[in-house]
Amino acid sequence: MNKSKKKIILDILSYSILIAGSLMMLAPFLWMISTSLKTADATFVMPPKWIPDNITFINYKNVINSFPMFRFLFNSIFISVTITLGQLLICSMAAYVFARIEFKGRNALFLIYLGTLMIPSQATLTPQYILMNYLGWVNTYKALILPGMFSAFGTFLMRQYFLTIPRSLEEAAFIDGASHLRVFFKIIMPLSKPGLATLTITSFMESWNSFLWPLIITSDDKHITLPLALTRMQGRWHTDYNLLMAGTLITVIPILIVYLLAQKQFIKGITMTGIKG
Amino acid sequence: MVGDKGIKKFLVICIFLLPSLIGLILFKGIPIIWSFLLSFTKWDLIGSPRWIGLDNYKNIFADKDFWSALSHTLYFIVGYLPLVIIFALLIALLLNRKIKGITAFRAIYFIPVISSWVAVSMIWKWLYNSQYGVINYFLSLIGITGPAWLQDPRFAMPAVILTSVWKDTGFLMIMFLAGLQNISDDYYEAAEIDGASNIKKFFSITLPLLAPTTFFVLIISIINSFQVFDQVWVMTQGEPTVAYTEVLVVQIYKYGFKYYKMGYASALSWVLFLIIFIFTIIQNRLQKRWVDYE
Repeated sequence: MNKSKKKIILDILSYSILIAGSLMMLAPFLWMISTSLKTADATFVMPPKWIPDNITFINYKNVINSFPMFRFLFNSIFISVTITLGQLLICSMAAYVFARIEFKGRNALFLIYLGTLMIPSQATLTPQYILMNYLGWVNTYKALILPGMFSAFGTFLMRQYFLTIPRSLEEAAFIDGASHLRVFFKIIMPLSKPGLATLTITSFMESWNSFLWPLIITSDDKHITLPLALTRMQGRWHTDYNLLMAGTLITVIPILIVYLLAQKQFIKGITMTGIKG
Repeated sequence: MVGDKGIKKFLVICIFLLPSLIGLILFKGIPIIWSFLLSFTKWDLIGSPRWIGLDNYKNIFADKDFWSALSHTLYFIVGYLPLVIIFALLIALLLNRKIKGITAFRAIYFIPVISSWVAVSMIWKWLYNSQYGVINYFLSLIGITGPAWLQDPRFAMPAVILTSVWKDTGFLMIMFLAGLQNISDDYYEAAEIDGASNIKKFFSITLPLLAPTTFFVLIISIINSFQVFDQVWVMTQGEPTVAYTEVLVVQIYKYGFKYYKMGYASALSWVLFLIIFIFTIIQNRLQKRWVDYE
């Protein structure tokens, strides 16, 4: 067999496997969409139909009527956006000190920051709950937002980014009498857009998808986020899958849109946070 | 003058660093120390904690439930790791063949990674439905009567594992792809001159040079797997199989937030932390060594 022939066979094989794999990745989502657009009767027809005969939006109507969906959506957006904005500012400011301002004990403090990354979040669940309970913050936005706003990982990420920015620009500004605050907001931050984008995405996604903490700290409908709301849509004995899939779609779509808009940052950011463990 | 400058610098450091420092101390530092102290106490949130020394730890290691949670977690890891690594590596190898459409494929394989665990678990619960689930339908096409996946103790954990493999393949694939792209073409060109076959090239160049990446991925996945919670919780809560899939974090949740045994739950968390810590140390050691060698 000559070389080009071999390559063609290998190519065909590669594409077949990749396409089959892609279909497997997409099929569950397609089935979710399909189910959410079916009537209850059409759902229990065998063999299953991927494209419903009669497309209906009744499930979306039902899910919105039976649950405060807009409230859940608002909660998810409000909590995720606030955490993300908070992290962007707080982490960057701390990172600026770690990258630019020398003081005694700075490196030791930075090591402690890194050290906290080794401790899994589950190890602090009980005292965090007790703290929230003590402060009377159970079932409040404060409990859902504040603990998430301070991230040692975000600080680390931004510090690494700031270190790649040459100092010459700020030195010129300092000679002109600019303050640290001015240099930070006018020079460093605008130059750090790629780093900020990565942090935005990891932070937004983490809070959007977060489940265990909201599960512990909220019990009423007023403050719960979409993932938690989904678990309420299951019946004890019987689950309306049409309705549940409509709710699931509403939960997945926002993050999917953000992902499609900023794919590259997503992949980079998640790989980095995933490695954090 | 010098003093003025010193005060100014101190103020700047305070303004920039304090928000982060106070937040982390309050929500991370104090809880870490607190949970360690709590692990030596008995406390159900009423009254004040009572110091009981090592009793919680003794009870944990004497408790059948703990060992079954640990064995469920290990079952998850042993089932999940080989599958997810083989699939991720396979996809990464194929994408690394400088194939057309690599960006599109990469994007598709990454969609499950960005989706929330709860949403994904809901979709799979529906797929696993014993009567009307798509999975059992496909099995019936090849003459197999599918099990009641999430209601059957023998199949609940495998179902959770399959879903996790499906969700995480894209994540591991990206890390493998980065590792593969670091292998210089020179090796392959030299091998080609020597007339090496593709299979030979794979086993004597790709695999050995990818070993650091593979090991890194392995450790990261083990650490993440010990913390598995969302998918197990969503897929098996309320099912008859819930006791057969109770992993460590589910048990922490159960003792902490169902029974409100704060001391015992904290001790459990620290046992989990110690297990993870061992793997973190291994990872840090090896990472350093590999970086030095390169």
